[in-house]
Formats: sequence, C-alpha cells, structure tokens
Amino acid sequence: MTKLLITNARILDPGSGLDTVGSLLVEDGRIASLSGAPAEGAETLDAGGAVLCPGLVDLRATVGEPGAEHRETIASAAEAAAAGGITTLCALPDTEPALDDPALVEFVIRRGEATGSLTILPWGAATKSCAGKELSEFGLLREAGAVGFTDGARAIGPARTMRLALSYARAFGAMIVQHPEEPSLAGTGAATEGELATRLGLPGIPAAAEAIQVARDIALARLTGGHVHFAHVSTAAALDLIREAKAEGLRVSCDTAPPYFDLNETAIGGFRTYAKLSPPLRREEDRLAVVAALKDGTVDAIASDHTPWDADDKRLPFAQAAPGGAGLATLLGVTLARVHAGDLALPEALALLTSRPAALLGIEAGRIAPGAPADLCLFHPTRAWQVRDGKLPGKAQNSPFDGRALEGRVIGTWKRGKRVFG
Amino acid sequence: MSGFSFPILPTGHLLAIEGLEPPHISALLDLAESYALLNRQGKTQRDLLKGRTLINLFFEDSTRTRTSFELAGKRLGADIVNMSVSTSSVNKGETLLDTAATLNAMNTDLLVVRHGQSGAPALLAQKVDAAVINAGDGTHEHPTQALLDALTIRRRRGRLEELVVAICGDVLHSRVARSNIHLLSAMGARLRVVGPPTLIPSECARLGVEVFHDMRAGLEGADVVMMLRLQKERMTGGLVPSSREYFRFFGLDAAKLAVAKPDAIVMHPGPMNRGIEIDSAVADDPARSVIGEQVEMGVAVRMAVLDVLSRRLRRNA
Repeated sequence: MTKLLITNARILDPGSGLDTVGSLLVEDGRIASLSGAPAEGAETLDAGGAVLCPGLVDLRATVGEPGAEHRETIASAAEAAAAGGITTLCALPDTEPALDDPALVEFVIRRGEATGSLTILPWGAATKSCAGKELSEFGLLREAGAVGFTDGARAIGPARTMRLALSYARAFGAMIVQHPEEPSLAGTGAATEGELATRLGLPGIPAAAEAIQVARDIALARLTGGHVHFAHVSTAAALDLIREAKAEGLRVSCDTAPPYFDLNETAIGGFRTYAKLSPPLRREEDRLAVVAALKDGTVDAIASDHTPWDADDKRLPFAQAAPGGAGLATLLGVTLARVHAGDLALPEALALLTSRPAALLGIEAGRIAPGAPADLCLFHPTRAWQVRDGKLPGKAQNSPFDGRALEGRVIGTWKRGKRVFG
Repeated sequence: MSGFSFPILPTGHLLAIEGLEPPHISALLDLAESYALLNRQGKTQRDLLKGRTLINLFFEDSTRTRTSFELAGKRLGADIVNMSVSTSSVNKGETLLDTAATLNAMNTDLLVVRHGQSGAPALLAQKVDAAVINAGDGTHEHPTQALLDALTIRRRRGRLEELVVAICGDVLHSRVARSNIHLLSAMGARLRVVGPPTLIPSECARLGVEVFHDMRAGLEGADVVMMLRLQKERMTGGLVPSSREYFRFFGLDAAKLAVAKPDAIVMHPGPMNRGIEIDSAVADDPARSVIGEQVEMGVAVRMAVLDVLSRRLRRNA
C-alpha cells in the first residue's frame, strides 16, 4: 500500500470551489483525504505553496497513431502531456486509418494505458473514414470506449449527414463534435480573409465560414434534439450564435484553443507557417470576443488542439504548409496568461481545463475529492519559461507560440498516484 | 554609379516592394534610368558581375521575365544558368528547400526566383547564401515589374507623386497589382483599382487605394491606366461569367479610355489577352500605349537590382 502526502499546497478543485492551503493524501492511486492529518508511513512532498489542481482533461488532440508515427506517437504525446499537466486526453479519429472501427478505438485506449501516464479517450469517427458520407457504427464504437463522434479536422459537410449523425447519436447519449467551417466557402484558403491575407497574397477564408456552419448546425440541433459541440471556436459571430443557442436551452456546447485567445492573425506575418492553423488565426476583435466568451461561460472548455507536424510539413510555402500547432506542453501556461492579464480568475481558468471538460464528457476525471483518482497537476503559477522550438517535450515542435515567454510552469504530474513528471 | 550613403536594399534581397522606403525606391529608379541610357547607347558594363553566377529558377512558365533577367545579367557580365521546373528535379519530389541546398552548394551569387506560391522566395532566402530576387510569387508580389512600371511612368510623365493611376482588372490574383500599389502609393501617386467585386481582394481599400467597379468612373481623369491580365481559369472558376461580358464592362477600349486625361498612358505587364481585357486598337496605339517601353525598362531595372544586390559581394571580393 503506497501512500503519498503532499503538504503545503494551494489545493484548488474548480469543480467544488475548494481553494485552500493544506495537504492531500494519496493512497493506492486515489485521493484518500484532504484532512491534513499526518499519515503513517506516507512519503511526504512539500509543495512549497505551489498550486495543486486536478490533472488537466484535454478535449481535443491528435496523437499521430495510427498512421503518422513519424510526427508523434502515443508515447511521445504522453511525454508532452505529462509535462503539460495533462492526465486525460481525447484523441481525434481522423488518423490513418480513421477510428471508425471498434478494434481501432480499443487499440488507442490500450496504447494510452500502456503509457502509464495518460488516459486516452478516443473520439470515434462520425463517418466512415471521416469522409463525410456514411455514418460509422456509433453504438459499437461507443461500447468500445469512444467518448463521442467527430470527423476531426474535417467539417461534416452535407446537412443531411449532420442531421442523421445528431439524430442517431441520441440513441447512445453521445455528442457530435463539429469542425465549424463551411467547406465550400473555406475552399483552399490559408488565412483569414482580410487586409493581411490580401497583402500577403494568400487565399482567404472568410470569418463568416465559421458562423455559417455554426448557424446551420444549431438549426439541426434544434431539429433533432441532438447534442452538437463546436470545436476550436474562433470568431465573435460564431460565439454570439452559440451564446443564443445556449440561452434557448439547446444542447449546444463549444471549446476553444489557446492560439485563439492568445494570438491574432498578425502571427502569420513573414509567412510564418508555425502560426498556420485550422481554423486560421483571426483578427484582434475576434480574439477579444473569445476572451469575453471564456469569461462569461459561453466556452465550455479549453482544449490543446494539439496537431503534430514534422519540419517537412511546415517548411513549405505558406499555402502548402500543413495547418495546426503543437499544444500539449503550452496548454496550461498560455491559459494562465489570461489569469495574469486579469481576464479570468485562477479557479475559472482551471475549471475550463479540468472539471468542465470532464463534466461535458461525463467522465470520472478533473476533480480533487476523497475517492477520486489521484490524477494531479502541481504547478508554480508565476515561474517563467520560454517556448522554444526544439526544446519542447515530445516529438512535435511546431508550436505557434515559439519564442513566447510564459508565466506558470508545471512542476509535477501524477497519474493514479504515480508521479509521471517532475 | 556607386556611393549611395545607405544600402538601397538593406535586407540583401529583393523579396517585396512592401517595406521599401521612398529613398530606396528613388535610388533604384535613378540607377535604372542610367542603365536605360547606357543600353540605348549600346554601352555595356561586362566587368561588373564578371565571375558571378546568376541562376534563374523558374517554377512557373515565363518567357519575358526570364529573358529580361537573362539579358540584364549578361549585360553586366554574369554567368547565367536557367533552371525551369520542367527540367529540374523538383518534379521528382525534391522539395523547395532541397533545391535551395543544392543551389547553395554551387555557390550561387544571385538567385532569381519565380514560384506559384506566395512567400516561396522568402522561404528560399532564409536558406540560401545568395541574394534572392523575387521574380513573382503566387499572388503576393512582383517587385521588378513594379519598378519597371514606375520607371516607365516617371520617364513619360516626369514624376510619380500626385499622378492618378488606375489599375484595372483581376486585382485579386495579381502580384503585379500588389507591388504597384505599394510602390506607387509610397511615392505619392493616387491609386485606384477598378474591376468586378469578385476580382477585387478583401479590404483592398486598406492598402491605400480607392476601389471602383465601374470603368468609366475609375478612369475619369486618370494619368495612367494599367491593365492586368485576366486568366482564362477565372471564368471556369465562376469569378467572371464570360469573356464577352468581361470585355464589355471591364475591357479597355477607346470609348472607356476617352474619360481619362487626354495624354493618359496605357500599360500592360503582358502577355495580353487582346479582346478580353484590352482592345487591340488601344494596345497598339503608339500615342497611348507604352507597353514596348515597359519591356525596355524591364532590362534596365533588373540591371540596377543586380548591381545593387551584388555590391556586398564586390566589396567582400
């Protein structure tokens, strides 16, 4: 029977509102007590006043397996996740092959378990091969462990397919996650349409492509009673629609990712392909709207949107470079920048990374409470570090935050009571 | 023709007009003007780039720009190699940066690049030791075209500032338009763009131009009418319904040109689509069309650019 007593920590459980300086006892991989009573035979760790919160729950990441192991493996993603304080991660299904078969879902879950540091919960493919045509086997995939359904970085385009997906998923209590971008309008665009794209001579994606997809899918959620979740929402117009749909009582939720509240389109200046993302970085007004939506609760979770690429995928002319950025190691630090800027209180910010995504998925994670799994993240809220290409944990180095100075660094991560980082 | 007190192209490359300051542009135009004079006198400076290697790396077909650079380089005595995509290993899957590494190993001094992707020359410039000259990248910029246009205008009208310049046609896909907008507005000209809304880029007005969708309104009182090439695929892509409709509303003919200043000049970067964006009667009118002079100035401007970018090499020699 292994016991660990973490003392002198600012214990923060956003789900319950607990925010206290004290001790936490871990026993057999679960949180045994928060009483602070001395524990016989326990290994003791003095946290030195650092913040102890639930291990982060990342709603959305690409892990490279199966099919893109040269970019990232589950083991390398787990290393980066542990360094970022992430203990549960939902893997996207648009892999090669796509996660449209129960055996593949089970494979990814098993590979996650084998890391010993990271629980991987796969999203199932919404359509076979994520090709946007025929629905995949929601029931069998759900039984195998899929947390919900999405075509990942591809929008579910035809309205009929989306209608059927939202409708059929109700039978299995699952949500459909949409990449909110109207495909015919987005076309082969590489940057947000506007002055900067015009100056750089890059094909544009109008910001309206997001609002159009969101408006349509809200109407389909209303029609079907299904649960639609919009991933990496990045525009003011889409957030307004989601806010209204929630007020109406529809089953609509959304997440965003750190680039959309920390960076704006100017990051692509000089054809910087590491800042080429999908959806593309937006103008400053949209970034501010994302911050406002984090504050007022419209956004349900902050996901890493981790998309690993190797140098060859990015060292190309901008329009040909692959979209997406590495995000596991920077998820907490970039979110804390909103706390340091005074936009979010620390518990609010942490809720978006822990209890709220866990509640959305309906999983036992993202909480500090007696009996809960001892998935923990210990971080120093003001310790400074710099994001550096080539120095990030894990394989993927394509961070849009390359060069960014951050305050707030993970100093320890525990998975089921076992220290996996720090 | 040396002794400027500041580096004319401080980055050591010519990747874009955007970012160049008016004194740099004026200095380049002055130097080009003197090369134009030498060319007309039949004099050459074959020792200036002697022993230097210039590679014309063209990933897109081009006859006139490549020939113009080749002639400019030869008049200055450079050794010139033409590489076009159809004959290079790029078609065998070699990446742009592999190509860059290969050229670097050959000790190339000057690299002239045309590429279908915006930003490709900038990417190459990060990876090669040679001075890179953008000879047109995607829909981004075509700096030497804007310089030769400006030189042509200056010679014809004596100045650039306060001139009303109307750039007409497919501005959306035009690197020539972007470079000209940056250059001419930096030099104080009053820029207009004229074309159907589907061929005008988003927020174009923020580049400092006035946008018109009616040719007569856009050409009213213009000193310079610059026509752009309309590529046939724009019609198949649905941006323009047909060539006859385009010519009717946006093609330049004598009737539309009549509202411009009586001595307005007509320009075209070539190659022209006669009967689509320009009527032959206008294109071939020696009183209005300066298209031939544009080609002549092209060689002079490229000589000036090669001269300036090789100064560092000559100093170090």
